[in-house]
Amino acid sequence: MADNKGNPSLKEQFWDPVAGFGVTFRTMFRKVVTEQYPKEKFPTAPRFHGRHQLNRWPDGLEKCIGCELCAWACPADAIYVEGASNSDGPDGERFSPGERYGRVYQINYLRCILCGLCIEACPTRALTMTNEYELADDSRSSLIYEKSDLLAPLLPGMEQPPHPMLLGEDEKDYYRGDYKPAATGGETA
Amino acid sequence: MTTTPDKLTDLVNVTIDGIQVAVPKDTLVIRAAEQVGVQVPRFCDHPLLAPVGACRQCLVDVPDAGNGRGFPKPQASCTLPVAEGMVVNTQVTSPVADKAQQGVMEFLLINHPLDCPVCDKGGECPLQNQAMSNGRGDSRFAGNIKRTFPKPINLSPIVLLDRERCIVCQRCTRFADEIAGDPFIALVERGAEQQIGIADDAPFLSYFSGNVIQICPVGALTSEAYRFRSRPFDLVSSPAVAEHDACGSAIRVDHRRGKVMRRQSGDDPAVNEEWITDKDRFAFAYAHGDDRITYPQVRGTDGVLRPASWPEAFAVAARGLAAAMDANAGGGSGVGVLTGGRLTVEDAYAYSKLARVALGTNDIDFRSRPLSAEETAFLAQHVVLTAPGNGGVTYGDLESAAKVVLVGLEPEDEAGAIWLRLRKSVLAGGTEVIAVAPYTSRGLSKLSARLVPTVPGDEAAALADLGDDVDGGTVILVGERLATSPGALTAAADLAARSGARLAWVPRRAGDRGAIEAGCLPNLLPGGRPVADAGARVDIATAWGVDSLTETEGRDADGIVAALAAGELGGLLIAGVDPADTTDPAATRAAIKAAGFVVALDLRETEVTRAADVVLPVAPVTDKAGTFVNWEGRVRPFDAALRNPASLPEVRILAGIATELSSLGVGAPLGLRTVEQTRAEMAQLGPWDGERNASAAVDTAVEPVEATDGLVLSTWKQSIDNGRMQDGDKYLKATARTPVALLPQDVFDACGPTVTLTGDRGSVTLPAEVGDDLVAGVVWVPANSFGAGVLSDLASPGSRVRVEGGQG
Repeated sequence: MADNKGNPSLKEQFWDPVAGFGVTFRTMFRKVVTEQYPKEKFPTAPRFHGRHQLNRWPDGLEKCIGCELCAWACPADAIYVEGASNSDGPDGERFSPGERYGRVYQINYLRCILCGLCIEACPTRALTMTNEYELADDSRSSLIYEKSDLLAPLLPGMEQPPHPMLLGEDEKDYYRGDYKPAATGGETA
Repeated sequence: MTTTPDKLTDLVNVTIDGIQVAVPKDTLVIRAAEQVGVQVPRFCDHPLLAPVGACRQCLVDVPDAGNGRGFPKPQASCTLPVAEGMVVNTQVTSPVADKAQQGVMEFLLINHPLDCPVCDKGGECPLQNQAMSNGRGDSRFAGNIKRTFPKPINLSPIVLLDRERCIVCQRCTRFADEIAGDPFIALVERGAEQQIGIADDAPFLSYFSGNVIQICPVGALTSEAYRFRSRPFDLVSSPAVAEHDACGSAIRVDHRRGKVMRRQSGDDPAVNEEWITDKDRFAFAYAHGDDRITYPQVRGTDGVLRPASWPEAFAVAARGLAAAMDANAGGGSGVGVLTGGRLTVEDAYAYSKLARVALGTNDIDFRSRPLSAEETAFLAQHVVLTAPGNGGVTYGDLESAAKVVLVGLEPEDEAGAIWLRLRKSVLAGGTEVIAVAPYTSRGLSKLSARLVPTVPGDEAAALADLGDDVDGGTVILVGERLATSPGALTAAADLAARSGARLAWVPRRAGDRGAIEAGCLPNLLPGGRPVADAGARVDIATAWGVDSLTETEGRDADGIVAALAAGELGGLLIAGVDPADTTDPAATRAAIKAAGFVVALDLRETEVTRAADVVLPVAPVTDKAGTFVNWEGRVRPFDAALRNPASLPEVRILAGIATELSSLGVGAPLGLRTVEQTRAEMAQLGPWDGERNASAAVDTAVEPVEATDGLVLSTWKQSIDNGRMQDGDKYLKATARTPVALLPQDVFDACGPTVTLTGDRGSVTLPAEVGDDLVAGVVWVPANSFGAGVLSDLASPGSRVRVEGGQG
């Protein structure tokens, strides 16, 4: 190209500019790929890693046992959990089957990289991810999601904890699935 | 962790995994393997407990037992001593051993529940770790039907047992039996139902019960207080020193996000080995209570304490102290300093220096308990500057002594680590314990102690009569309570001098011994320098850069209280003193009220801070670096566990006051602001190398006690009682022994099961029991287990109380 720089050929003079616009003209008759977000929202891929959710058993008890394995697995140190004791005593409260529940559960979405290692670590499938991806806000504190923000909504047939175990005698009935299926499961994804 | 006998005589050559190693005779194979770097998996084995071979996890192959023949089956390496020429193959080289270990692990896991995510041990669990390293990937036991038990049962108010998780290694029962001497837990039932149990009427109440939680290799024993509070992997562990007694026990503070979650025993073979008392382990909530003072307060013109800034508080404190020192301003002329017994050495040194350079006085005393002038002299003569390095008695000496004489000391209640060491040596058959005490307490009976029955106050005579029993191989341990027995400390010193026995003084509080070294006594300057010695004064004055120091010895704590009440002293600088502990609580309260100006430094709101004119919050031991000196004289430094910029060490606070004082023209500034500077200055100052304080013979003549009716009061504080530093843990408090009055049989028969004791300060009604070998004419009650304590509510120890049948 360097040797005939000042002396373009006919093809270069007339055909090439038109051929370049060919891409443009062709694209005018194709379907546009632009998404009109946020006016139009499209579903994500089914396994998209979105906001976390703390699931419930079909009677409304929480699946989380406060074991902190998610916090341990988290490479970004985004999860903070404190456990506490369930009790069936007169003064006690029960939030989950078994002995222990998560009294405090926080995920810091400023740190979370949505990698899903916490989901793999969860021994009770209490923690799963939804497809919700709109995780933006204008303050730090509002991006630290508390347990109340993360818990799955109560579906029909569920009862707001604390309440006694309704589906079985002890937590093993829950874990083995030996309970009569109530209305619907608590998991969404 | 292993303990190997350190004398290198009688070495035995063994081959472990093809590596030749020489180990001392009678070493167990499992420890010999550690010498070549092979960790054989184990559960029941613990270096400080006798071998038992209960869990069978440590099986190894022994092709040659030293006699040319091998064992036909794998052997438990934790019960097999080495023999010359023995060949051992562990799981590293021997498929036989490896297969055996995996088989044992499979058996152990048959009934072990899969609740690791819920279990408090999860993450620091030997069973978890060794199942990963020496277990099979899966189980061949189909069906998953495990033996189950109802979830945790209480062995005691603080120890919970989860029987499903137990692998019956018997570490806990062996600890209770061999170390603590409280065999209230044992194996019950047989076969798969075998479990740890307690008798229906006897919970596992031991002052050392928390140790079984720590040594349990699975999560079967858990603590009620720590249950589900945290996981091991988000705890930060900081080494520390226990602040509840003078033993200097090494502990580990586990904290998370600036809050202490639990405390575990540290590992210091020279001091507490791996054991601590329950008080050291569980009593830490006092620093997190609602009554913690978080900001300085000064008393306003309206007479009410109001929050203040640090500079303002310093200025107000300095103005008030300066006025109190000024005789012309009315009131007394001078400031007394009471430092309590809880300070670190660095903080005690700052008080000592402040008293001398800024307040110009020797009126400083760390003792907030009954004391005597005799004790003051005894401390300066026989206690200060003794240390393990220069002939001081150590824990090791207790173990090697032929006889240990305990006077005015109930070690199980007052110094747990000493008690454990004594019991270890008694059980090993080496030591005889002789107790000069009014009766054989539970702790003394577990030491098989020989009682020298003594009425409180007669200890001097009892010691003098001991003559034949005491020789050069004897250690005499005198407790701080002996201050209330006239002549007893002198008699103990005489006895030691006469017989060649060694003498050690055991205080109750962690800061007591350090306060003596730092000069928080009216007759001692820092480093054991006697106030009366001109050379010592010059020494200190030069180091501190002041012209001269007060030449006369100051008032002791009782003297300060009396001088405040009489108006001879105008001000009081008081730190961590509970009036209820002092010789005469009512007099102390009155003195604080009478004092013209009171500056109180304290962690929590107390009756002293409520009465003070300036209140300055101080850092708890978790928030600052410091040093305790334990009863041996051993220096036990520690670093801050938590970072809390809002809590200042007392050095910094006193420096602030001294600076303000010097700007008012009173005294010199402290010249210290941090713990590090204090340590450096103390190191530079060094100990006194001159004459010991041969102070004038203190009058120890026993005042003849009027033989009135009634019984002589004997009392001491139990390990777990109503102490301020045990506040906040209801589970620990529930393990305290029920307060009872111990009576001689004849008085008990006359007065019945409930008695009312009346002394010169009040009367209390308590359930009574017969003290089996209690000396006639004596009643014993715990000192701080009911009401505001014996000193406030009843009488001073050694005085007479009247005993009557209780109401109803």
